[in-house]
Amino acid sequence: MSKSNFTRRGLLKTSAVAGAGLALPTYLRAAAHSGYTNAPSGSTVTIGFNVPQTGPYAEEGLDELRAQELAVAHLNGEGDGGMMNTFSSKALKGNGILGKKVTFVSGDTQTKSDAARAAAKSMIEKDGAIMINGGSSSGVAVAVQSLCQDAGVIFMAGLTHSNDTTGKDKKANGFRHFFNGYMSAQALAPVLKNAYGSDRRAYHLTADYTWGWTQQESIAAATEAIGWTTVENVLTPLASTDFSAYIAPVLNSGADVLVLNHYGGNMVNSLSNAIEFDLLSKQVNGKDFEIVVPLYSELMAAGAGDNVKGVIGSMNWNWQLTDEGSKAFTKSFGEVYGRPPSNSAHTCYVQTLLYADACERAGTFNPCGVVEALEGFEFDGLGNGPTLYRADDHQCFKDVLVMKGKQNPTSQYDTLEIVEVTPRAQVEYAPDHPMFAGGELGKCNPGA
Amino acid sequence: MDAIILQILNGLDKGSAYALIALGLTLIFGTLGVVNFAHGAIFMLGAFCAVTLSKILTLSYLTIDETQVDFLGNPLKVKTPYVEHWFGQDVGAALIDWAVPLAILFSIPVMIAIGVIMERGLIKHFYKRPHADQILVTFGLAIVLQEIVKYYFGANPIPTPAPDMFRGSFDFSTFLGFEPNSVIYPIWRLIYFAFSALIIGAVFAFLQFTTFGMVVRAGMADRETVGLLGINIDRKFTIMFGIAAAVAGLAGVMYAPINAPNYHMGMDFLVLSFVVVVVGGMGSLPGAVAAGFLLGILESFASTTWATTTIPGINQIIIYLVAIIILLTRPRGLMGKKGVMED
Amino acid sequence: MLGLNKRDFTLLLIVIALAGLAPFLLNPFPEGSAMAQFNAGYPDLMQKFVIYGIFAIGFNILFGLTGYLSFGHAAFLGVGSYSCVWMFKLLGYNVMPGILLSILTSGIFAYLIGVVSLRRSGIYFSILTLAFAQMSFALAYSVLSNPKFNLTNGETGLQVYSNDPQWLHSADKPDLPHLFGLSMRATHEMQLGAWEFQFNVGYYLCAVIMVAAFYLSIRIFRSPFGMMLRAVKSNNTRMYYTGLNARPYTLAAFVISGMYAGLAGGLLSAVDPLAGAERMQWTASGEVVLMTILGGTGTLIGPVLGSGLIKYFENIFSKINDSVLHSWFSFLPDGMEDFMVTIVHPFVGKGWHLTLGALFVLIVIFLPGGLVQGGQKIRGLFTGRTEAEQAAADANQSTPAE
Repeated sequence: MSKSNFTRRGLLKTSAVAGAGLALPTYLRAAAHSGYTNAPSGSTVTIGFNVPQTGPYAEEGLDELRAQELAVAHLNGEGDGGMMNTFSSKALKGNGILGKKVTFVSGDTQTKSDAARAAAKSMIEKDGAIMINGGSSSGVAVAVQSLCQDAGVIFMAGLTHSNDTTGKDKKANGFRHFFNGYMSAQALAPVLKNAYGSDRRAYHLTADYTWGWTQQESIAAATEAIGWTTVENVLTPLASTDFSAYIAPVLNSGADVLVLNHYGGNMVNSLSNAIEFDLLSKQVNGKDFEIVVPLYSELMAAGAGDNVKGVIGSMNWNWQLTDEGSKAFTKSFGEVYGRPPSNSAHTCYVQTLLYADACERAGTFNPCGVVEALEGFEFDGLGNGPTLYRADDHQCFKDVLVMKGKQNPTSQYDTLEIVEVTPRAQVEYAPDHPMFAGGELGKCNPGA
Repeated sequence: MDAIILQILNGLDKGSAYALIALGLTLIFGTLGVVNFAHGAIFMLGAFCAVTLSKILTLSYLTIDETQVDFLGNPLKVKTPYVEHWFGQDVGAALIDWAVPLAILFSIPVMIAIGVIMERGLIKHFYKRPHADQILVTFGLAIVLQEIVKYYFGANPIPTPAPDMFRGSFDFSTFLGFEPNSVIYPIWRLIYFAFSALIIGAVFAFLQFTTFGMVVRAGMADRETVGLLGINIDRKFTIMFGIAAAVAGLAGVMYAPINAPNYHMGMDFLVLSFVVVVVGGMGSLPGAVAAGFLLGILESFASTTWATTTIPGINQIIIYLVAIIILLTRPRGLMGKKGVMED
Repeated sequence: MLGLNKRDFTLLLIVIALAGLAPFLLNPFPEGSAMAQFNAGYPDLMQKFVIYGIFAIGFNILFGLTGYLSFGHAAFLGVGSYSCVWMFKLLGYNVMPGILLSILTSGIFAYLIGVVSLRRSGIYFSILTLAFAQMSFALAYSVLSNPKFNLTNGETGLQVYSNDPQWLHSADKPDLPHLFGLSMRATHEMQLGAWEFQFNVGYYLCAVIMVAAFYLSIRIFRSPFGMMLRAVKSNNTRMYYTGLNARPYTLAAFVISGMYAGLAGGLLSAVDPLAGAERMQWTASGEVVLMTILGGTGTLIGPVLGSGLIKYFENIFSKINDSVLHSWFSFLPDGMEDFMVTIVHPFVGKGWHLTLGALFVLIVIFLPGGLVQGGQKIRGLFTGRTEAEQAAADANQSTPAE
C-alpha cells in the first residue's frame, strides 16, 4: 500500500503548508479569555446530556433524554413552560440562559464508566458543552463527576442513589438532586414499622458492588433501629439473571421479610423469582411474609409487572403527587410524549432548570459562580416541596416518597401508589455522618 | 438436608437452560463446524416469540370510559382485547393467560424458518472460512438481531407470566418428611426441567433412531465420505440448523415466564453457554448436556451462604474456575473428541 | 533504514505521518457546519484511537502470528490501568512510573495466565483465557473492592483521592497526570479560518508510544522469532515432530502481547486517571478481537485501522440524535425531512450498535481480509492489478496478507 499512500501523504503535506500560509494568527479559544472552560461566545450555549442509550438502562435513559429536551424547550420559551411557572425562583425568563439560546448535545453512557467518561469528554472537548447532566447509575455518576471536576464544568447527576456520590466521592463541581440510600432507609423504616410491626427478621439480598453495599448498610441500620433483626445478608453477583438459588433458602432461614437491595434488571428478576417461590403467600413466625424493595422506579415496576403488587419501596418523586409543580410537569410531559414522566426524568428536568436558574442568578456561566449560586440554595415548586441544596456536600434535601405496588392498576402507568410522603426533616443527616465520611468536596474548578 | 435438596433442584433447573442452549450450539458445531455466536440471540428470539404472541393476543380496541380519568385528567381509554370481544370474556382471558404454552406451537415453525433462513442466507457461505470469520459474522448478526428486537420492543424487560394455574410453588416437604415450607419450588421451574428433559430426549432419539439422524451422525463423523456416497448432506445440515434453532427457541419460550425477556438476554447466556459446550467437549452432545447440568448444580451450591462465607466471591467465579480445572485435567473437556477445534 | 526494508519503512513513515497530522486529518469539516458532527479530531477520541491501536497491534502479535485466539486480553488492559492509577496514588501524578509499572505487572500477569492457558490450543485455549479474564473482572468488580482490602474500588473505579500519599508529589506540579510537569490535558487550539484544530499533550505522548509500538511490531513480524510464530500457526504438530518445542515461543508472544495490552491500559489511565473494572469484561476482550479481524488479521496496519473504525462508531455515531438529523435534512420540504429522519433514525444515536453489527456482517462477507483487503481492492482499481497479483507482490515483500 505504499505508492498511493505516499502520494496522499505528499498531498496532505502540500495542503497543510498551503493551509499554514492562509492561517490566521493562532489564538487560544474563548476559554483563556473568560477564565473558564467552554465559555459560550456566540448567541447560544450548549449543554450536554449524558444518558444510557444502549444497554439494560436504555429505557431509563430515553426517558431522561425526553425530560431534558422538554427542559430545553421550556428554557427557550417554547411549550407551556412546565415547572418554570411554579418554580419559586423567578430568574428564568424563557429566553434561554442569560439571553443565550440553549442548545444541547447528547451522549451514550452505556452504563459503563469508561464509555460515560468518553461521551462526556467528547461533549466537553468537541461540542463545547458547559454542563453535563444525566446518567442512571452511581458508578457512572461518580466517574463522570470526577471528570467534570477536572475539566472545569458543572455536573448535575441523574439517577444515582449510592451514598458515595455525595459522600466519599463528592466533588465541588458536582450536584445531586436525587435522594440516596440513607434517605431511603430513614423514610422506609417508620412505614415498615407501621405496616409490618417492630418484631421482624429481615433477610437481605444485596447486589455485590458499592451501591448495593451502601444501601444494605443504610437499610440494615435503620430497620435495626426500629427493632428488626437482620438474619442474613447475601451478596449476589451483578451479572446474575436468575436469583432462584439465592431465594430458595430464604424461607428456611427463619426470616419473615425479604429486602432486595437490587436495581434495574437485577431487581426485576430477583423480585419475579421471589414471587415465583410464592413467598408473599407464606407465613413465617406466625406473620405474613413480606418483601421490601428499597429503591423503586416506574420502569422497573413495569418490567416486574404484577409482581410488584403490595411490595413497599421508596422513590424520589412520582407523577401522582398533587402539588402544583408536579401537576404542571406531568401535564406538559404527558402532552408531548403521551406518558407520565418517570422519577429519573423528573430529576433530570429539574436539574436542568436549577442549573439555568443558578446561571441567571449568578449572572455568569462560570462554574464557580454557578456553584456559589447553588450552594445553600432553598427553593420550592419543583415537585418535592421546600428543598435545600446543601453547601457541605451538594446533596438536595427534600421529602422522600414511600411507594407500594398497586393492587388494581387502572392503566399500564399506574403501577405504584404513594403510601407516605416522608417529611424532609426525617431524612436529614449531618454532613460528617459516618456513612458519608471520607472524601472532600474540594474547591470549584473553572477549568482554563 | 432440605437445603441440599433445594440446591439440587435449583441446579437441575438452571442446568436445564444451560443444557438446552449448549445442545443447540453443539448440534450446529458438530454438524456444520460453525462457531455460532448468534445462538444466544436465537434463544432471545424464542423468548420474544412468547412476547409477540401475548402481544398479538392482547391486541385491543379502545373504548372511552367517561367515569375514569387518565393521568392528564382526560377520560380514560379502556383497552379490551379483540380475543375477548370475539370469543367472549372467559375464553379470551384464558387464551391470553395461556399465551406462553401456546407460543410453543407458534414458535416451532417460526424458529425453524429463522434457522433455515440464517443458514441458507448467511452461514452457508462460511463453512470453509476460518473460525475467526465465523465468529465475527455471527456476532455481527447477533448484534443486528438484538438491535432489531430492541427497536420494536424497547430495552425494558417485558413481563410474560405463565398461565395462572402454573404460577406459585409446590411444597415437597410433606412428601419428604420435613417441616412444611422447607422444600418449596416454583411449579413453572419444575415444568421447565421436565420440558427440557423431554426435548433433550427427543433430540437424542431423533439422532439415534431415525435414518435422517443416522445420516447426520455419519456426516458429523466424516462429512466428505458421506457426500461421496451421493447423499445430499448439505440439505440435511440445513434442516439440522433449523432444528438447533428450534431447540434454542423453545428454551427461550419456556424461559420467558422465569425472567421477563429483554433484548440482551441472549448475550447474558452466550459466554456461559460457550463455557458449557467447551467443558462438555466440543462436538459432543452428551458432553454438552452433562456439562450443562454439572455447572448448573455447582453454581447453585456456590451460591449458598455456607460457600460464600468460606470463600468470598466464589459464587462470582465458580463456573470459570471449574472450567479451568476441567480443561487442565481433561484436555478436551468431559467428552470431547480428539482433533476438534484444536488448531 | 532502522533495520527495515524499504517497504516497511514507508509504512512506518505513513503511520508517523497519520499519527502526527491526526488533529488535521480528523477534523476535515469546518466548525459549525452540518458535517462538523463527523469530526473526530478532539483529544479524547484521538487518544482512544492510538491507545486502542496499541492494544490491537499487541493482540495481533499473538493472534495474527500464532493463530492463538485469546478471549481474555481485556484482563491485561485492566491490570495495566489499575497499576498506573496505583502509581498515581502512591507516588504522584507523573505518568512515567505508572506506564512502566503497568507494562511490568501486565507482563507478569500474562506470564502466569499464559503458562496455564497455553497448555491447551484451539478453542480450549480461548475458553481458558476467557475464564481467567472473567474471573478477574468479577473479583475486581466486587470482592477486591471490599473496605478491608480495597484494591480496585469496584463499580466506581479506582481513582486518586486527596488523602492518598503521593510521596513524590510537590506543589509546583499539576494536580493531574503530567509528564515531568507537562500536563496531559494541556491543549493548544489553533484556528485556521473556519477550522479549529486541537493539539493535546496526552495525545502526542500516546502517539509517540504508538509509533514505537508499531515499529517494534514490524521488527517482531520480520524477525526469526516472528517466522517461528508463523510456523506455529501453519502447523504446530509438524514443528513438534521436527524436535522444536513451540511453547516458549508462543508464551513469549503471549507475554509480549499482554504487555502491549498493559501499556494501552496504562496509557488509558495516564490520559484519564480513573480505572474501572468493566475494562476487563469479556465484551472488552471481544472488542479487540473484532478490531483485529475487522482491520485485517496478521497484517501490520490492519489492527490500527480496525480499532479506529470501532472507536469512531462508538463515539461519533452514538451522538447523532434526532435534533441533529433534523438539522441535516432541514433543507428538504417538511414531509421529506421527517421521512428521511425516520429512515436514518434507527441506525444512529441509540441505534449505533445496529450499524456496527451490520457493518461487521458486510465486511466479513465482502472483505474477508478486513479493511486492508478493502484498501488493496481500491488500489487494484487504480493500478489495474488483480488482488491475487498484489498478494503475490506482497508475498515477495514478505508481507503476510492473511
